[in-house]
Amino acid sequence: MNRHLLSVDDLTREDIERILGRAASFAEVSGREIKKVPTLRGRTVINLFYEASTRTSSSFELAAKRLSADLVSIKSSGSAVDKGESLKDTVQTLSAYDPAAIVIRSPHAGAAALVARWSRAAVVNAGDGKHEHPTQALLDLYTLKRRAGALEGLRVWIVGDVLHSRVARSGILAFTRMGCEVTVCGPPTLIPRGIEALGCEVRTTLDELGSADVVYALRMQNERMTGSYVPSLREYAAQYQIDGRRLGPNQLLMHPGPVNRGVELAAEVIDSPQALIVEQVESGVVVRMAILYELLAGRGAPSGVPSHASTEPQPA
Amino acid sequence: MNQVDAAPRRPLELDRAPVQPSTVLVRGARLLDPRAGLDGQADVLVRDGVIAELGESLAAPEGAETIDGEGLHALPAFVDPHVHLRTPGREDEEDLDSGTRAAAAGGYCAILAQPNTQPVVDSAPVLRSLRERARAEARIPTGFLAAITVGQRGEQLTEMADLADAGAVGFTDDGLPVRSAGVMRQALQYQRLAGRLLALHEEDPTLSGDGAMHEGEVSAQLGLAGIPSVSESTAIARDCDLAAYEGGRIHIQHLSACGSLQMVELAKQAGVQVTCEVTPHHLVLTDEAVRSLDTNFKMNPPLRGESDRAALIEALRSGTIDCVATDHAPHAREEKEQPFELAPMGVTGLETAFAVLHTELVLPGLIELPVLVERMTAGGEPFGLPVPRIETGAPANLCLVDLNAEWEVGEAGYESRSANCAFAGRRLTGRVRITIAAGAVAYRERTFALGAVA
Repeated sequence: MNRHLLSVDDLTREDIERILGRAASFAEVSGREIKKVPTLRGRTVINLFYEASTRTSSSFELAAKRLSADLVSIKSSGSAVDKGESLKDTVQTLSAYDPAAIVIRSPHAGAAALVARWSRAAVVNAGDGKHEHPTQALLDLYTLKRRAGALEGLRVWIVGDVLHSRVARSGILAFTRMGCEVTVCGPPTLIPRGIEALGCEVRTTLDELGSADVVYALRMQNERMTGSYVPSLREYAAQYQIDGRRLGPNQLLMHPGPVNRGVELAAEVIDSPQALIVEQVESGVVVRMAILYELLAGRGAPSGVPSHASTEPQPA
Repeated sequence: MNQVDAAPRRPLELDRAPVQPSTVLVRGARLLDPRAGLDGQADVLVRDGVIAELGESLAAPEGAETIDGEGLHALPAFVDPHVHLRTPGREDEEDLDSGTRAAAAGGYCAILAQPNTQPVVDSAPVLRSLRERARAEARIPTGFLAAITVGQRGEQLTEMADLADAGAVGFTDDGLPVRSAGVMRQALQYQRLAGRLLALHEEDPTLSGDGAMHEGEVSAQLGLAGIPSVSESTAIARDCDLAAYEGGRIHIQHLSACGSLQMVELAKQAGVQVTCEVTPHHLVLTDEAVRSLDTNFKMNPPLRGESDRAALIEALRSGTIDCVATDHAPHAREEKEQPFELAPMGVTGLETAFAVLHTELVLPGLIELPVLVERMTAGGEPFGLPVPRIETGAPANLCLVDLNAEWEVGEAGYESRSANCAFAGRRLTGRVRITIAAGAVAYRERTFALGAVA
């Protein structure tokens, strides 16, 4: 595994399986009364968030704390970021604290890769613009694997605004890497030209949705309405909303959150037993623990890092 | 069809700092000038601003510098119709001295500067003061284009006649398209009074939007907003049609896409007075380079696909594309050291243009050296500037190049004040040793010591 997690493309199938396995062992820790392990004691993790985020930032915070790391969380509002400091200067300033890892969320593609160039820390991409969101893809795989058992051969439909979705891009790469067959579906205005190159099929109607084992709905952002990508939310919902009629009883439903109830998903499917949406959130912490562990203490960790073999989570 | 019936204007003038004419005898270089039908070994004597003599075993006049040209090619020096000198306003990125030094280092004897400065060159007083600075600082003859519209806002025509009288070599809103077809038509109509060529940045902003790179598989994977090639070709179709209707003359800047070429070909076949240029980076690189998210691959128009690149090379060879232009666009380091979407568009290119095209097009056999020389010297022709020639009595515009010299771009720094070169770190074959511009040595490679050969 690389020193950083910037893109799903950097991960082999073995890397992914190791992370999912590690996450499973952390899940057992999460079931204990004391959820902490001392793996990253004395080491610093910096969360640098240039975009609003609830799930991703809070789960990274919890993940770092449960690994006993010293955590610094920086949000764009009120920080030097808002005072016009460049990304490079901010990263160089934070690097003076000698962090073991920097977790970065940015509205711009490639920001995490730049941080990796400017800092000695292991860098985790927590979402860079419309490019990638690899930790989301990993927690999605983890969640799906726990429910479905195996990933190989599963037919996954990713439905909605693919054009603006980093979740979709990382998802296509991750699902196909694990042997799933991926189809993306959405309004023709919201499917990027050339997306087939990632190894997925493209549909513009839900007519064949019945062939899917897993329906992964994307968030439809209200601001897309102003760009006339779709004529109206009403028309979007009529054409693409996943509801009780469209979702078959044997199909699983996923969504990265936050959900626009009544737009991309109807209330009845959100609360159905087929929905994995809450489990996806639960998985966020253990999968991010596993990622930090693999980068900082696992086999992919840089040499010279003291061994933490004795602090590995023990099976209960 | 209406014809351009330009009112008699002052002849085109380029500006540079005062120089002493050089007396230089180049011995034994291979002279290559496709327009003059010249290809062979001979001596060249430069004196009093002109090519005084061509021939075998010329005698060195007293005080002449003699240069051993053995193993070197003497080419007519190049003309770049598209350079951003960032002056006035961003002298930290480039000034008239550094920009023209970079040009001379690339073998150029003349360049045309674009008016998208701060302030925009959209009035005669701004143009006059800029020309005055050029007469103090420019190392090679430099011409200035003025804006088509006030502030390049695309709304109101500049005082084009006044600007032409003040020395504007042509008009362009480069960096931005003239959005309105109506304003474009008025500029073409007004061209009958003002004369001078309209050089056009072709882009439909409703199609390019906030795009950061070529729209295609790479942009789909990177999640970057794309600039489709039709944003260029549809704008070219519009302007060729308008030029045909008004009988105007237009020059399409930095053509990047296959579809755009088809529009230009159709227009040329129909007799429209249209010329066009292409940059070295569009001839050599594609959107695959952007996968690295290196901001030195961000420019407008963007690097396109491989089929576009192949079509551009073929069009340069066939002559559908009239000339090579660098679109040399210096940017400050801190502006390029940003995420790709935030970084400004543009790359430097004056110092590498010939070597890049020699290495990537001539050596692999995609284009012949004489054709490349022809297209690199032809940049001023659409504007009415003479094309440098190696002929007795012609103004002395020469560059001496070593076609076997290998070098690494940026290894020894740049003459330009900026380093945002798309070819940084690349190994190239072919190096300009000396440039003589309008009769005076304007550049001498550091290792090529003054008068080293007696």
